[in-house]
Amino acid sequence: MEMKSSAKWIVYVFLFALSLLWIFPVIWVLLSSLKTTPDLYSFPPKFWPEPLTFEHYFNAFEKGNFGVYFLNSAIVTVSSTVLLLLINSMAGFALAKYRFKGDTVLLVGFISTLMIPLEVIMIPIFTVISFLGLYNNLLSIIIPPAATPTGVFLMRQYLLTVPDELLEAARMDGASEWKIYWSIILPIAKPILAVLAIFSFMWRWDDFLWPLIGISDPSLYTIQLALSNFIGEYNVDWGSLLAMSIITMVPVLVVFMMFQRYFVKGMVTSGMKG
Amino acid sequence: MATGTATMKPGKRKKKFQLTPYLFVLPNFLIFSIFIIVPTIMGFIYSFNEYDGLNPMEFIGIENYMNVFTNEMFWSALGKTALYAAIVVPLIYCLSLAVAMLLIQEIRLKGFFRAIFYWPTMISFIIVGLTWKWIFGDLGILNYILSLFGADTIPFLSSPFYANLSVIIATVWSRLGFFMVIFMAGLQAIPGDYYEAAHLDGASKLRSFWSITLPLLKPTSFLVIMISLIDAFKSYPLMFALTGGGPGRETTFIVQYIYEVGFMRQELGVASAMSVVLFVIISLFTILQFRLAKGGAV
Repeated sequence: MEMKSSAKWIVYVFLFALSLLWIFPVIWVLLSSLKTTPDLYSFPPKFWPEPLTFEHYFNAFEKGNFGVYFLNSAIVTVSSTVLLLLINSMAGFALAKYRFKGDTVLLVGFISTLMIPLEVIMIPIFTVISFLGLYNNLLSIIIPPAATPTGVFLMRQYLLTVPDELLEAARMDGASEWKIYWSIILPIAKPILAVLAIFSFMWRWDDFLWPLIGISDPSLYTIQLALSNFIGEYNVDWGSLLAMSIITMVPVLVVFMMFQRYFVKGMVTSGMKG
Repeated sequence: MATGTATMKPGKRKKKFQLTPYLFVLPNFLIFSIFIIVPTIMGFIYSFNEYDGLNPMEFIGIENYMNVFTNEMFWSALGKTALYAAIVVPLIYCLSLAVAMLLIQEIRLKGFFRAIFYWPTMISFIIVGLTWKWIFGDLGILNYILSLFGADTIPFLSSPFYANLSVIIATVWSRLGFFMVIFMAGLQAIPGDYYEAAHLDGASKLRSFWSITLPLLKPTSFLVIMISLIDAFKSYPLMFALTGGGPGRETTFIVQYIYEVGFMRQELGVASAMSVVLFVIISLFTILQFRLAKGGAV
């Protein structure tokens, strides 16, 4: 649609103002994290870090154990995502390409549990995790969230479009069902696997509730848990906290840049932050 | 995105019993049952028992529910959550729709703007809370800007009113981009001919918006309202990081309260009954969504 140039100007001014508002908080945190401690707490605040220092970043790693939390988060995010891709694609494949007793029940069952928010079952989940001996074990935040209904559903919808003839032909050639899944289905499913991988990365990296339920040992804290714990302390070391926040945003930003297209598409089709 | 019809399944191999599909579903099904289905059932059972997590459960019928219904703190937390939702949902709706409408136009730097608005949705709620805590704090930049204009400083995080306002601002900031994307998809699905026809008939922009955009956007609108409403009822990490639920219990919303009752006071039975009540509320909204959305074929 074309607009009058005066209208266009108003739109641009509005958008620029709003986007400035949107980008400012992160920039402010970034600039603050590069200030010396006295400057950090000076009032009126200085805008530019002068002198510029990386001391908070070093402190975060040296005194704040940030390396450990970062590593924990990385372990959880990567392994949970790999597990999610594997088991969701397997389930999606079965539900899309086989007819078996209970398939509809399973599918409806999976989807309807989307309605159960984790927040309302966190107490019994804690019991289950303890009962299985997974409490204070990273497995408690790797395994449970990997079986997502969203993932199964997206996989199934995608794999429905794979022609049956392709699978039949492979069976004629004597391929096992596992081989069909591994060497035909998975390569075909690459685009949807990419979308799911991105989602899973974001979900796990940003997650707070699963770690809160499953972990209490500080050496097993994920970044989010560690940050939330620091906030509660009396003498908040804002320098380290801000530095950690900035570092924590980087992986998500990188993933975002790399897969922007998938993101927007994927958001539209599945539309969940979970 | 590829989709297909549900009827496209092979019929040839259904005669003899096949183990294979079950094996493929098994890992997902197991994890899912153990960590979602079983806890759901357990939570329901807990809610009828007195249970502290250590001593054996004791069946007490609906006593926990009676307790919940007469618990003022619970209702106050729920009421605050509802009020927060009542402000946040319309705010997010209007703002994200407005931004989406501007960003589907032929506009320069479209991608840049989209990325900027979308970017905060990728940041965890903990960091969103932290970021805004740094800005709203007593030594924060916002108070400095106010002082530049000669205004008094505002205790953003320690006065009840401003703490709530801060929480709302942070929420809108972090969620706008997400709903903007959903709205953009909905808006792009509206055929351009409609607007052209309206334009030829001499309809104003505002008129087209009321008579074409809004009605045709109904399914998307429901989706946005329901997701943001349910999100609002489950929110907790952001407040936890931004205000710690304070001042006092001013921004302690329902999930945080349930967490405290369950994990800090060890009253698992009562907390479970609260969870059941919350679950019923969320389910009602979800069912309502399905009902209402039927009118406009999602």
